[in-house]
Amino acid sequence: MNALPCTIYVSFTGALLALVAGSRSAALARAVALVTAVTALALTLVAASHFVPAPGLQTLVDRPWVDSLGVHYHLAVDGISLTLLVLTGIAATAGVLFSWNVQERTGEFFALFLALIGGVYGVFLSADAFVFFVFYEIAIVPKYFLVARWGSTNREYGAMKLVLYSFAGSALVLAGLLWAYVAGGGQSFALGDLAAAAVHFPRIEQLGMFALVFLGFAVLAGLFPFHTWAPTGHVAAPTAASMLLAGVVMKLGAYGCLRIALPLFPVGFAFWQPAIGWLAVAGIVYAGAIALVQDDFKFVIGYSSVSHMGFVLLGLAAANVRAVSGAVLQMFSHGIIAGLLFAVVGRMVYDRTHTRKLADLRTMALYRRLPFAAGSFVVAGLASMGLPGFSGFPAEFAILIGTWKTSPLWAAIAALGVLVAAAFTLRVIQVSFFGTAPAKPGAPELAPLPPITRAERAGALLLIATTVLIGLKPDLLLNWIIPSLQSPLFQTVLKGGTP
Amino acid sequence: MTPLTHALAGEAALVAGVLAVLGFDLTRARHWSNGARWRAATALGLAAVLVALTLVLSVGAAGPAAAGSFLLDGLGTASRVGILVLAGLALLLAGGTARLRHPAEFVAILLLATTGFLVMAVAQQLLLAFLALELASLSLYVLAGFDRTRPESAEAALKYFLLGGLSAAFLLFGFSLLYGLTGAIGFAGIAEGLARPGLTPLLAVALVMVLVAFGFKVAAAPFHLWAPDVYQGAPPVAAALVASASKLAGFTLLVRLLWPGLGAAAAGPGLPGWLPVVALISAASLLLGNLGALAQANLRRLLAYSAIAHTGALLLGVMAAGVAGPAPLLYYAATYGLATVGAFGVVAVLDGAGVGPRIEDLAGLHRRSPLLAGCLFVFVLSLAGIPPLAGFVGKFLVFAAALRLGGLHSPAGILAFAAIFLSAVALYYYLGVLKAALVSAAPSDRETRISVPGSSAVALVMAAVLLVLLGLFPSVLLGLFS
Repeated sequence: MNALPCTIYVSFTGALLALVAGSRSAALARAVALVTAVTALALTLVAASHFVPAPGLQTLVDRPWVDSLGVHYHLAVDGISLTLLVLTGIAATAGVLFSWNVQERTGEFFALFLALIGGVYGVFLSADAFVFFVFYEIAIVPKYFLVARWGSTNREYGAMKLVLYSFAGSALVLAGLLWAYVAGGGQSFALGDLAAAAVHFPRIEQLGMFALVFLGFAVLAGLFPFHTWAPTGHVAAPTAASMLLAGVVMKLGAYGCLRIALPLFPVGFAFWQPAIGWLAVAGIVYAGAIALVQDDFKFVIGYSSVSHMGFVLLGLAAANVRAVSGAVLQMFSHGIIAGLLFAVVGRMVYDRTHTRKLADLRTMALYRRLPFAAGSFVVAGLASMGLPGFSGFPAEFAILIGTWKTSPLWAAIAALGVLVAAAFTLRVIQVSFFGTAPAKPGAPELAPLPPITRAERAGALLLIATTVLIGLKPDLLLNWIIPSLQSPLFQTVLKGGTP
Repeated sequence: MTPLTHALAGEAALVAGVLAVLGFDLTRARHWSNGARWRAATALGLAAVLVALTLVLSVGAAGPAAAGSFLLDGLGTASRVGILVLAGLALLLAGGTARLRHPAEFVAILLLATTGFLVMAVAQQLLLAFLALELASLSLYVLAGFDRTRPESAEAALKYFLLGGLSAAFLLFGFSLLYGLTGAIGFAGIAEGLARPGLTPLLAVALVMVLVAFGFKVAAAPFHLWAPDVYQGAPPVAAALVASASKLAGFTLLVRLLWPGLGAAAAGPGLPGWLPVVALISAASLLLGNLGALAQANLRRLLAYSAIAHTGALLLGVMAAGVAGPAPLLYYAATYGLATVGAFGVVAVLDGAGVGPRIEDLAGLHRRSPLLAGCLFVFVLSLAGIPPLAGFVGKFLVFAAALRLGGLHSPAGILAFAAIFLSAVALYYYLGVLKAALVSAAPSDRETRISVPGSSAVALVMAAVLLVLLGLFPSVLLGLFS
């Protein structure tokens, strides 16, 4: 347990080492990155094996930091954060494996990658709003450089849009948190203290604070109509960065909503709940519909991420234990599945074929030439559609059941979204891998593609194994998540008791 | 030792340093090469700064001195330490970019300006404040025009001098009205005198005069017009001093003058005081600085507009100092100063290597000099307020302090909210700089490595490390200021 804060330090140290190692040799930088990511993953798994689920946060470190603000360097963990820490570890490890072919400025690439990961670990471990915010912003800047330097299509535009959306969101969060902090007497940023103080705020202030903080976080979670950074950013990003962006970074936003916005301002949440629910539902259907008509392989996945994150937000909006536990499970599940989808599209296919146009891919008969990629993509696609046996199923099912209790209409429309997801996933599987269209007359003969490397196989198998494991035994995670939702902080917003 | 010499021991050391630098250059170093004279002058200047630093620290918070003309408190000590550190870094940078002639004069005048800053940090009296401010300003005018090979430098000095002179006239006029109204020149006496009459029209005129004058000095909009030209034309080290130590000293003096001195006239029930005026100037600076910076293609002009934007945030800290104390403001000013000295230090090295002045000329810097690129990364992100760098903590402290004035829905709160949101705009142009330096590839004819002079490298690394450490352990500096 007490080793969990080391995930942060290990990642940042690894970032520095990768930078130094990169100036000597790229292979060394790769090795450093892999060792760092695996070490952090091992730390989370060891901690997870000792974890005793209980309501409320279990403190790991708590010492004064900025005295004049009453800030404590307070790290703590509960079942929700542990779930996401494990996700971060897996996504980071897979991300390194799928970046094995980064040749240019390798050291800097992995340094930024690991710095981003360190920030993410920090966010999931923070129990003090100031510390949370610090790590949250640390995670923003590396994204810019990863996308702008190592990205592809329209990368500088995508990178800037992505970072400005995130930063504008975090500006809203900062304003809301500072407002709550000052209104609460300006003594402490501890989440419990802020929540205790917020009970006494006038209703109108709670509405305002909730709106600022929630909206700020929701931008990063891809809430419709503030999601437009996500598809362009994901498409522009290099493979490992899109895996992290969709897999982990979007979860930071959803996690912020769940950890900070909801428990701190329950009155504000009650007022905005219908609006959030409708926006989430709109996002699910709208992004799904857009994904249906894309002709760029990566854009399909980018929009599907927005649609799946809509389920997370819907689960939060439904605000009962079933739906919220489903939302957390969906964060985990989508992190794994989106990682796999982006890995197949960006690394296995694009790096070999140098095209992502579906019209081109359908002439390439990729199922014969890259059978492993095709197999992985089919698995990921089935998981993404929410088929039983994969992690997406228990997650989306719990969200829909929970939502039904709050608003049957939302649940019905969101269920429609599941159908749309099935439609665009099947379409893209069919067109991209099993396309049988004849090549254009005069097109060059199909050259053999470089075979799938061992690193790619390892990364894909890691992700597939995880989604199957959680699909078959979702209780592994739900047994952590549900007790955490019994803490008094969450009980003020969540109705419905134990499922 | 009489109290006065004790209080001003640091200043005395600097003046002795001035004489030593000039004397050595005129006697022993007369026939040396320009580079050797630079090294000698910087070494002597640095020695003077170090002696001053130990003296300032040994004086400590001794209380009022010289019949209340000076106040030696923790705030003053911390501010003086900050000023000396910033001036020392500027000196190190000057030593590394020895292209200018007359090194001894440059270093001597830099030390004189620093002397003025030190007195500003502890002055408790209108007359002394004015003298110190003018000593510093006149020295800075000369430094701005020091590069006689470039017409831009002369233009910068002339603009700076004309507008600075005008603002000095405003300041003197305002001060004389304050004296006439209260019959006192000490800040304490003025506070007593103002407690009775409320806001008379004459007092309003005096306040406006003083604020306009300080607005010029700290480059707040709409009195900022000199800043971009001076930052662009002056030798980079002079610009670094104008943007860093001068700001820290100016804001120390301003906050002492406004809060204990003119606090009674801040704002009363139903009657406007100087607080709304400062709020307006702050809003104008934030808006103009950030939007102006978006349009800049020249790195130094961008830093100038960013300085104007930061002045807006600092003025927010001035407003909040009444309820939250001066610590957030001065932490912000000191760490901003560090980041700016660093950024101008990078500019200075690039200038020496013939790189610049446009932002796009930075392309490929990560290959040509990883050290410069890495340091620039830290400085620019600190200016943008990204954790874990000190700029983030400063921003956070000032905004939290501003909200204490009355929540997010008060005028100060709205201003703070605007400032927070404009920091997202600011990130756009800061990332533009970093994109050029770290992402873009160099054009093929410019792939040679840039050599960084040793003393510049030391100064840059020190500034970057300080920014990281002060960001991770802000309490160290905050404890000094409060």
